[in-house]
Amino acid sequence: MVSITEKAMRAIFIFCGLAIILFLVGILYILLSNSMPGLIELGLGPFFAADRWNPGAYGEPTYSLLNMIYGTLKVTLGALIFAVPVGVSAAAYLAEIASPWEREFFKPIVEVLAGVPSVVLGFFGLVVLAPLIARVFNLNSGLTAFNGAILVGIMALPTIITLAEDAITAVPKEYRHASLALGGTRWQTIWKITIPAAFSGITASAMLGMGRAIGETMTVLMVTGNMVARPESFLDSVRTLSAGIAIDIGDVVFNSTHFHALFVAGLLLFLITFAVNLLADILIQRKPEVSK
Amino acid sequence: MNQKRWLTVLGVLLLAAVMIAAGCGGPAEEQAGEPVEEAEETNGEEAVQEPASIMLGGSDSEVNVVARLAEEYMNDNPHVSIAVTGGGSGVGISSLIDGNIDVANSSRPMKDEEMDALRDNHGEEPYAVRFAVDGVAVLVNDANSVETLTVDQVGAIYRGEITNWSEVGGDDREITLYGRQSTSGTYVFFMELVVQGEYSERKRNMAGTSDIVEAVIGDAGGIGYAAIGYADEDGVKALDIAADQDSEAYDPTVLENVTSGNYPLTRPLYQYMAGKPEGAQLDYLLFEVSEPGQGIVLEEGFYPITEADREFNKNALQ
Repeated sequence: MVSITEKAMRAIFIFCGLAIILFLVGILYILLSNSMPGLIELGLGPFFAADRWNPGAYGEPTYSLLNMIYGTLKVTLGALIFAVPVGVSAAAYLAEIASPWEREFFKPIVEVLAGVPSVVLGFFGLVVLAPLIARVFNLNSGLTAFNGAILVGIMALPTIITLAEDAITAVPKEYRHASLALGGTRWQTIWKITIPAAFSGITASAMLGMGRAIGETMTVLMVTGNMVARPESFLDSVRTLSAGIAIDIGDVVFNSTHFHALFVAGLLLFLITFAVNLLADILIQRKPEVSK
Repeated sequence: MNQKRWLTVLGVLLLAAVMIAAGCGGPAEEQAGEPVEEAEETNGEEAVQEPASIMLGGSDSEVNVVARLAEEYMNDNPHVSIAVTGGGSGVGISSLIDGNIDVANSSRPMKDEEMDALRDNHGEEPYAVRFAVDGVAVLVNDANSVETLTVDQVGAIYRGEITNWSEVGGDDREITLYGRQSTSGTYVFFMELVVQGEYSERKRNMAGTSDIVEAVIGDAGGIGYAAIGYADEDGVKALDIAADQDSEAYDPTVLENVTSGNYPLTRPLYQYMAGKPEGAQLDYLLFEVSEPGQGIVLEEGFYPITEADREFNKNALQ
């Protein structure tokens, strides 16, 4: 009897595990099958040409994704510049400095932050942050890459903090003891010993945060202005790949060239996120380099 | 330990709730519900009640108002069933040519080659009805000193040729362009009627009309376009628009300016069919242009048809 239940449970769990692979393959298949007609019709060139995304053109429609890739990178890198130092410092505080009581207090707050819906953050960006940025930098409109970067950075923070804290905690105690025994201060120990020893884990946390940032849609859609031109600076509007898809997909004519071109953008986004996550995964597998 | 965690979460939430309560302590604004008045006379129903079905399809701008008209009509005429679908004006017209629908909703006039295709396929003349007028207002921030622009000037602004308000008689301030995505009907309408070329690539694309209005409210140099119904928001104003340099400029928020056709940024909304409408189809079209029908058109954010439109309709409806 027991062995039958065991076997049944085993089968169920295997199926659930395989289901995830099935979903991934399914998504990839849909992306490929819907973007192929676009790639066949236009070739790869127009998607990376020096013009702009203009499917509803007065003249000939153009489908360049270049400025949107540029916009995605701008928002993502901006977010990381802000989120990585803050996130890693917060993680070091939680892992090394905070008393148990403080840790119990702050960790749930990080989790709450992770649970804030992106549309709420976007609304905050639209109503509070954008006017503020416009006033501080004397701009017409605060709907800029800068605004998007800050909000996406906030969204990436919980991922970075949680994973970086795990990485720092995983550093063997002996490292710290050795450092302190040699007369190192607490600051020196954290800065010179613990964080470098956890470096691969911290990099992985930044990468996963980046994966989160690249795909983020709702917030950037609301706060970056979605301009297809190449941005002149951080304080200019940009359009990211994800927002570009979200803007058009709602009422694009099914199976038109425009429709397939959007799937090409989706495929590109998928490949970028996949590569970043894969890299992060490889880094996570690398445990602290030095053996005891 | 777990309990402690939940307590913290609860504490944070409570704190947030207190802050919210303190922040907006004012009296809650009461939203007046939309008065739904339906004072329609009950028509004498002496007509033969043969079951009939009408399929309409096409323009996305029209789909809501036509669906609403169809609903109201079906309430009084339960023997008629009407289906309304979207897809775009072009989709509607090609479905009509293919014989998949009875009436094509189109926010643009039918092209000559489309008319020829219809004649070839059906052996019938195309007939058209204009049942509503669509208008687009050009919005700027309240603080903007510019009051009047010509269609040409608005076009040049959206093509990116005019980039500062001082070039059109305003303050020295850079212009920020706001607009819709390419699949929006208003995008095409505005592009063909006003821009007459490519939109500037520095145009910010907003997800919806209300986002455009919000953006212009927050941007002293902003310019946007929206259905006229959006023009009375606080913080924005609709510019008076002149057809060209020599014409007078008209304010779109004055109803007569739109219905008289004096305000230049309007377009009639069409419905096309193959052959002269008759039976239930004719009856439905007559309802659309009747007093109650036009009332619904107005409620849905469009404008009633003009005398010229009624003259145009005579061909199909008489």
